[in-house]
Amino acid sequence: MRAADAFVKALEKEGVEVIFGIPGGAILEIYDALYDSNIRHITTRHEQGATHAADGYARASGKVGVAFATSGPGATNTVTGIANAYMDSSPIVVFTGQVARSLIGNDAFQEADITGITMPITKHNYLVTDPKSLLRIVKEAFHIASTGRPGPVLVDIPKDVSQADIEFEYPSKVELMGYKPKYDGHPMQIKRAAELIMKAERPIILAGGGVRISNAEKELTELAEAIPAFVVTTLMGKGSISEYHPLCLGFVGMHGSKYANYALSESDLIIAVGCRFSDRTTGNTAFFAPEAKIIHIDIDPAEIGKNVRVDVPIVGDAKKILAQLKKVIHYKQRKEWEDKVKDWREKFPLKYSKRGFKPQFVIEKACEFFPDAIITTEVGQNQMWSAQFFKVKYPRQFISSGGLGTMGFGFPAAMGAKVACPDKEVIDLAGDGSFLMNIQELATCVHYEIPVKIFIMNNGYLGMVRQWQQLFYKERYSATCIGCEKVSFENIAKGFGAIGITVEKPSEVMDAFKVVKENKDVPVVVDFKVDFQANVFPMVPPGKGLKDIIDGD
Amino acid sequence: MVIDMRFTIAVLVENKPGVLARVASLFRRRGFNIESLTVGTTEREDLSRMTIVVNGDEKVLEQVTKQLNKLIEVIKVSDVSKDSVERELCLIRVNSPPEKRGEIIELTNIFRGRIVDVARDSFIVEITGDEDKINAFIDLMRAYGIKEVARTGKVAMVRGGKQ
Repeated sequence: MRAADAFVKALEKEGVEVIFGIPGGAILEIYDALYDSNIRHITTRHEQGATHAADGYARASGKVGVAFATSGPGATNTVTGIANAYMDSSPIVVFTGQVARSLIGNDAFQEADITGITMPITKHNYLVTDPKSLLRIVKEAFHIASTGRPGPVLVDIPKDVSQADIEFEYPSKVELMGYKPKYDGHPMQIKRAAELIMKAERPIILAGGGVRISNAEKELTELAEAIPAFVVTTLMGKGSISEYHPLCLGFVGMHGSKYANYALSESDLIIAVGCRFSDRTTGNTAFFAPEAKIIHIDIDPAEIGKNVRVDVPIVGDAKKILAQLKKVIHYKQRKEWEDKVKDWREKFPLKYSKRGFKPQFVIEKACEFFPDAIITTEVGQNQMWSAQFFKVKYPRQFISSGGLGTMGFGFPAAMGAKVACPDKEVIDLAGDGSFLMNIQELATCVHYEIPVKIFIMNNGYLGMVRQWQQLFYKERYSATCIGCEKVSFENIAKGFGAIGITVEKPSEVMDAFKVVKENKDVPVVVDFKVDFQANVFPMVPPGKGLKDIIDGD
Repeated sequence: MVIDMRFTIAVLVENKPGVLARVASLFRRRGFNIESLTVGTTEREDLSRMTIVVNGDEKVLEQVTKQLNKLIEVIKVSDVSKDSVERELCLIRVNSPPEKRGEIIELTNIFRGRIVDVARDSFIVEITGDEDKINAFIDLMRAYGIKEVARTGKVAMVRGGKQ
């Protein structure tokens, strides 16, 4: 059998339903084989869009996302998407075409050393040098991407390998000497953790993206109720518990609420689950929760003790460990602590000025109008406002580029999420700067009838950078004005064949939302011309501890 | 920042192309300092063994070990800094004018080295041992004028029955 045909058959065996990609010379053979397959292929308009879409698909569905690209520039265009998936532990497999083996190393046309380039941003990668190893590698790639701490895997397939003749023998299991993720938490550590929980007077759960990856939202909520403990989440952890749950304090860190940051800072026990204590979450670690003991549950042992000191490490799968923990602790009321947190909550709610046309208003209203929508965000102010004001109800509802902070992620990710969940409304809460970075995918959405909605908080600036310039660089607005308030996204949307709406004032917001809702099957771009001065507050200034969080205007 | 502490770790890896690049890339990316690195075959054809001397404190050692373990092709990482046999091989080309030859030969014998090449005005001396011994010998040779030094980097194995 032609290796390319065997390869596509292997993807079918892996249950791949959809591939995002762009064909080209070195991957032609595989695209030829794909012609006979039932796997859906969505031709994006840029390879970065393909990898982000695969990532968004993976995050929304829990399945492995798949992207294709050709050699050279096709492959190098996937790099940002791969790095993004790596930082947020998203399971994607990227297959790239490569020049024929005889040409590798000769600087052939469209040759790039993509395995060399992606080595530090993939969980693992392969250059297939022997056609006989192709199917084994496909099997391993899906296994590695989706197990343990998930992450992107890249497989580079030379053209002559895909043209070779091989037997179709798809391996049933994977044998990797050096890869055996550990799922069961150590019983002794679980016992020690339970003891700490029972002793704690001010316990708090810090939930990260690992909770979603492990599908442990139910277990996390049950443990929180059983202790009881308040829950704060990282940006990636949004959705670990319903944000309407009384124990949920929402997201924490640089732009988290004051009450969430105070609660985390003053706790005496942090139960961290599937989070890596990133600098955006902890603030200056020298001042991080000084009185707290830390229990750190994570599947990746390398995360434990990497950024903060840990008292009880538990390596394993969050879902299992949380369930086990719940069994060995019992309910203990901590009235004083509860009252204190409630007090903070009442005193320091998230707020914004209601004068003019504020982006926060748009997001707050979107949350009221589309409470069940899957939300993706771009990166910057739009992302932080979304994290603050869009209250998430269910797991996998909030999709955002956390670790890498990739502008241009939200829209293609929304496309991937919509493909994964066609029955859900999917909204990209965007900024003008970010949306422009992958705007070409509007063509894809229109062509394939993927009706995602894009809400642009259009302030004509690279807003978050502008905010930093205002606060920390003496209002010297170097290079951040991009003039998009003059751009007609309405006309651009129409030009692509989508619906475009311009909204100039708060009173028009609801009408626009109604149009969005009525047009279920068409991509809609809504350009909200919001006040450009709006900033994200509260904020932990760089270098400060979480307790030093400040209010703004 | 100068860190005095050093660790020697033995890394058992799959004998495949690209593994060395992966390990080296990890050290570069995470900002770990390699003092020396050797790679060689083992008792098993499909496995290679790297011996890496790393600069850093306990925290660095912990991260190096954990990060290496995350590489799919790494089978086992062990700290062989303590209670182990450590050896390095060194070739030294040293000036050997006729009146100094006797001294150099004598010193070489004391260090249980060997003269492996004799030219008109220089020797190549081969010496093995732990790092201190080799450093001491090199120091002694300086007096005669060293022309070239090639060191293999360290290999190490824990003493006794344990692995």
